Amino acid sequence: MTTRYLIIGSGVAGIAAAEAIRQHDPRGEITLLSDDRHGYYSRPGLAYLLTGELPEAQLFPLKPAAWRELGLQQAAGVAARLEPLAHRVVLADGASLAYDRLLLATGALATPSPVPGAGLPGVVKLDGLEDAQQLIQLARRARAAVVIGGGITALEIAEGLHAHCRQVHYLLRGERYWSSVLDAAESEIIMTRLAAAGIQLHTRTEAAEIIGQHGRVAGVLTTDGRRIACDLVAVAIGVAPRVELARAAGLRVERGILTDEFLQTSAADVFAAGDAAQVHDPASGKALMDTLWNVARSHGAAAGQNMAGGRVPYVKSMPLNVTRLAGITTTIIGAVGRWPDADMVGLARGDSETWRQLGQALVAEDQHEVNRIRLLVGPRTLLGAIVMGDQTPSRPLQRLVGEQVDITAIREPLLAPHAPIAALIAQAASGTSAEG
Amino acid sequence: MTLTDLLRRDRDRRAALVMGQVVPEHGRCVQCGICSFYCPISIDVRRRAWLGQTITESRCLTCGECVARCPRGVLRFERSALFEAAP
Repeated sequence: MTTRYLIIGSGVAGIAAAEAIRQHDPRGEITLLSDDRHGYYSRPGLAYLLTGELPEAQLFPLKPAAWRELGLQQAAGVAARLEPLAHRVVLADGASLAYDRLLLATGALATPSPVPGAGLPGVVKLDGLEDAQQLIQLARRARAAVVIGGGITALEIAEGLHAHCRQVHYLLRGERYWSSVLDAAESEIIMTRLAAAGIQLHTRTEAAEIIGQHGRVAGVLTTDGRRIACDLVAVAIGVAPRVELARAAGLRVERGILTDEFLQTSAADVFAAGDAAQVHDPASGKALMDTLWNVARSHGAAAGQNMAGGRVPYVKSMPLNVTRLAGITTTIIGAVGRWPDADMVGLARGDSETWRQLGQALVAEDQHEVNRIRLLVGPRTLLGAIVMGDQTPSRPLQRLVGEQVDITAIREPLLAPHAPIAALIAQAASGTSAEG
Repeated sequence: MTLTDLLRRDRDRRAALVMGQVVPEHGRCVQCGICSFYCPISIDVRRRAWLGQTITESRCLTCGECVARCPRGVLRFERSALFEAAP
């Protein structure tokens, strides 16, 4: 009998699942249900669409041949209700889809700003392609824009807006940018570069209200009584996993949809993957959330294989993100910090709770203008690292942190003042690599 | 830097390009497509990165556009075994 697979969500988790299902079940019927009319595209690539580096058509990774190979049905619609006992999903338009195996890859959506006026036309977010299109369209006509929030998305928006609109104000509630992940020196590098590029930073500044005029955004009123005139307000204060469908159906949900290491939820034949999933990790005993694209892909691949009858655990790898902050390539590996961040409510996009699971660590750092390495040095291993600028040390560090290589031999020299960190890392990595 | 040094650097660079091939690290890739977009001969570098495959197209000029443009350091040059001396 042909197995009917239903995947809700056309992000990378959904696509990776479809690919894995097809590999293991050439005859299965796969339906991909999405409420994003653009289907599958590179969500992280939106940053480069905003800056004008990429045309929109380039964001779609799969060519027709690859779609044919996947052999799936694409359905547009909003899933309104999940009936796990009946193995059925009811859509908002009343239609229903039956399944033998279901994947919830519903992703996460931007948390709206709680301030009055946040519902006005001209207040935007960056969840998907449609948002990016709207941002560009509004920015072209705007005289001034205000960005509220933190993390990678807020910067992507600020830099994207700056490419189209002369005046961009970036409001930070705290002293510095992305303080939950970056240390003071790293925030400083980013903030200095943003300011040099012409983005106006307002630290210790909180929006009290978004002011409207003629039914549109006209400015932002700050808690200390200033009024910043603008035609556009972009909000990126964090994302919330989309768990409503699962919760209403009685599935176990905490911050995300809870799954075991096989990506199976508490309901029979229902799996979850990506930003919406909160996956149990037997190694740590924890179920930490990630909003990382590659984690979502790995979730999807494991879930798909298990949906097609496999029994493959998802093995949590060291969370890694490489991103460009104010033009500087930045790699974040392992556990790097745990400072409070006044600009975020919950996780940012491209974030990991694991980055803040830092135990006893000493810091080794090395900085030359925009190149900076910060290492979190544990008793015998490296717990995490941030590499900004020159990325040469980031690959060996990925291995040293990810494989928990014993660094006792270089620990003392690493922690010495003015240590040549990049050279020591290269030495440690070459000393332990399989290639010799 | 002396002229000899300059010439040597240029020679080494060219040798590296000729003998190199582009290798992706798919754990860093987010499929944005900048690599494919800037490839002068339209190799779908992004697809290779998704599949974790080395760019083995013989047409590849190893011009380095994709390596340099990738905002996430996904691509790197590696020496190809093609030019190794036969045992």
